[in-house]
Amino acid sequence: MKANHEQRRKERLDRGIKVRSDGIYALMSWRELCYLFFPRLVLIVGMLILPLLVPIYWQKVVSYVCIYALLTLSFDFLAHFVGLVSLGGAFFIGTGGYIAAILNTSFGLPPLLTIPVATILGAFICTLLLIPCLPLRGVYFAIVTLMYPLLLTRVIEALAIFGGTDGIVGVTSFTNHYFIIIMLLFFLFGLRRLVNQDLGLVLRAVKDNDQAVRASGISITYYKTIAVFIASAMGCLGGAYLAHIFGWAGLSSFGLDFSILPIAATVIGGAGTLVGPVLGAFILVPLNEWLRDFGTFRILLYALILLAFIIFRSEGIMVYGQRKYHQFEKWVKV
Amino acid sequence: MSAQPILQVQNMTKAFGGILALSRVSFDLHQGEILGIIGPNGSGKTTLVNCITGFINLTAGKVFFRGKNITGKAAHKIADMGITRTFQIMRPYYSLPAYKNLVIPLFSPRAKRTGGWRGGGKLGDRNTVSIDILEEMGFERESYVPYKMASTLPTGYLKRLELARCLSLKPEIILCDEVFSGLSMSEIASMVPLIERLQMDGITLIMIEHRLRELFRVANRVMVMNFGEKLIEGTPEEVMADEKVKEAYFGSEKVEEVTGYA
Repeated sequence: MKANHEQRRKERLDRGIKVRSDGIYALMSWRELCYLFFPRLVLIVGMLILPLLVPIYWQKVVSYVCIYALLTLSFDFLAHFVGLVSLGGAFFIGTGGYIAAILNTSFGLPPLLTIPVATILGAFICTLLLIPCLPLRGVYFAIVTLMYPLLLTRVIEALAIFGGTDGIVGVTSFTNHYFIIIMLLFFLFGLRRLVNQDLGLVLRAVKDNDQAVRASGISITYYKTIAVFIASAMGCLGGAYLAHIFGWAGLSSFGLDFSILPIAATVIGGAGTLVGPVLGAFILVPLNEWLRDFGTFRILLYALILLAFIIFRSEGIMVYGQRKYHQFEKWVKV
Repeated sequence: MSAQPILQVQNMTKAFGGILALSRVSFDLHQGEILGIIGPNGSGKTTLVNCITGFINLTAGKVFFRGKNITGKAAHKIADMGITRTFQIMRPYYSLPAYKNLVIPLFSPRAKRTGGWRGGGKLGDRNTVSIDILEEMGFERESYVPYKMASTLPTGYLKRLELARCLSLKPEIILCDEVFSGLSMSEIASMVPLIERLQMDGITLIMIEHRLRELFRVANRVMVMNFGEKLIEGTPEEVMADEKVKEAYFGSEKVEEVTGYA
């Protein structure tokens, strides 16, 4: 509203190019092709050249970022496409990490074998442990996913199994940024595709209205199990890789950071967009590293940034960006 | 009508704490008929549907489908056998377009087993089949209505969407929980032929209704409930003539005025 009390509102118009209609791309010109592929190309090329651009110290951060991005992706997938609010990042990372470490140290498997095995086996174990709370609705899933890492750390501590408080040392070191970047891109685009397939629609329907899904003759527990398997596989992959970066798997693999940061990254990036949360992780994790110089003061800065986002851009960067990209905006008189 | 009832309910009882929502309700449902269930508010009609379809567990009693005991089975297993229901408060997937709403039931094991609607799958993918079913339920194919978000559809279309969801499972029984309520007269007038079509297609229906005039037009038999108990069962005329029904359901009002039935 201006000083002369002229009423105005923002009008939004979709850009003229409607290229996507149910999996068929109807492209009319190079311009439309660019309009469609430019954002994807920026993402893919940007991620692939990232390890070449950053200094040595930050090279390792690229891997951390990707691991956190996988967790964030799994959080966003479960929360906004299946309706399960998961605080299981720590659970998944810990399970994946310990399995990879055990396979590597006790059975002598190379990292190229331990990571895939830990991904599948870890996802299997996580899913199995989470199945009992899947038929329940509400906050139970969040509580149980948060409880398991706490429980497992106590069990490992008390029984002194898997190296006890010292953790498992001497895990073969394996660091390959491209491996985790490509896995991240694979899961990102795979999930984007999945949620629009018929299977993905069923998952979204479970979130929207589980009673109607049951009335359709579909077992909601079965489909929740599938979703949890996919999500925990992502987390376990990250955990297994993390164990090989550190050369160690220990109690801090069950750290609550892995559960909390994905939520913050999802808030910043834009919930329900899948790309947004990845973007959020790419902002928050480096920020975390950068603020390390400030010591514990960084928690305050961190909280302030989050607060600012929740107040001023609660929709998240990606939702905002998508709107700007896909729509014209202009002010019109009412 | 075949000798064996398609659905048998025996002494169905459901207690919510100390409140008896259903008390020893028994009835038979025969192949191909439309059974109307009427009764005042809170007489246990919706609880009956919930109990038959497995959405809530019954306290006592048995339900038989084609002679097979289905008491206490999970809701999705019962739906998988072909006993489907609509919800009184419509439950579409609001974030999906109308036709995508049907992709979910078409993804169910039953729809896959029966090959989708009229052989679906071979007829096209689930989107195509769902548009076909929506057209049968009165969504104009050429219009934009099937493509609209379910959250923007008016009540009449949501009720049709509920029926379409049942229909995409190729059901044997549909339990309609107040499909006419909340609709305008013209919307009801266009719904009645749809119900008649379903019966002609060989689907057995249980209809819970408050709109008696329309119900009595389509129903073969009517069951009256009050305070969780079955009062009487019979043809619409028999039921209307019964004194107990007049008392319980209509109070002091004259039946003729409400229903137009003499």
